[in-house]
Amino acid sequence: MRAAVIVFPGSNAEVEMCRALTLAGASARTVWHREPNLPPDTELVALPGGFAHGDYLRCGAVARTSPVIAAVRAHAARGGLVLGVCNGFQVLTEAGLLPGALVANAHLRFECSDRWVTVEAEGPFTPRAGVRLRLPVAHGEGRYHVDAEALARLRSEGRVALTYRLASGASPDEFNGSLDAIAGVYGGPSKNVLGMMPHPERAAEPYVGNTDGRSIFDAAVEWCASRQSRACA
Amino acid sequence: MKATVIVRLKREVLDVQGRAVERALGTLGFEGVRDVRIGKLIEIELGDQAAGPELEERLRRMCDELLANPVTEDYELRLG
Repeated sequence: MRAAVIVFPGSNAEVEMCRALTLAGASARTVWHREPNLPPDTELVALPGGFAHGDYLRCGAVARTSPVIAAVRAHAARGGLVLGVCNGFQVLTEAGLLPGALVANAHLRFECSDRWVTVEAEGPFTPRAGVRLRLPVAHGEGRYHVDAEALARLRSEGRVALTYRLASGASPDEFNGSLDAIAGVYGGPSKNVLGMMPHPERAAEPYVGNTDGRSIFDAAVEWCASRQSRACA
Repeated sequence: MKATVIVRLKREVLDVQGRAVERALGTLGFEGVRDVRIGKLIEIELGDQAAGPELEERLRRMCDELLANPVTEDYELRLG
């Protein structure tokens, strides 16, 4: 699977994003935000964490004006996989590729900790609902917000991908005040776009003491492989 | 011509910054302070562009496309 990791001025998690994708069997390369095109045959675009364009105005607001975003938008519209992590999630909401917005944590602190996250909806990055992952978070603006109508739509379409819960239906971990304890949402024509605040790429190999994040990348690689074999059949 | 855009968090979005400032004012002994909300003020110098519906429309587009996020914010536009 060929993956492109977008680098904005201020991105700071592109190295571990490339490494996690490589460990899962993908060939990953970085792409500077001023590039108008993605490398040919890109199957997955990843928007890493950081502070794109200094997070000026709002997190992700200026990043969505970068030239590469038009190519990411076209890739998503074709059904190509897009993964936005942390600041990447914020960029995807600002670009209108995912509904909602991420605002300041309810306790106003930068939250840097490991949290339990439960897979609520199946999709290309999360093949099994109910799976529980221990993942690190590192954000000041991670409180997901969306209006009631859009939330109802997200729920009915099975696009609430991840929540901060020990299990589906368990009481929410309200550390950042996120609406419905939402940690990640699916978008795109076939749930091919995933935005999530926790960092799976920072928990993807044994030497960091946690490999729970690997499943996100393994699933994406497998999804692309099975799509290719379907296309060839 | 100068435009001023005031961006405010929507009422239904909890303004945690406002709440912290409200508490801080209370700590300083200011009584009766309630419902502090914090927004942004953006000034745009437009040179000699003439006021009119066309300019206003362009400014609205600036607000809708970048200056305010319609999911969480409202804005108010002032010209002149």
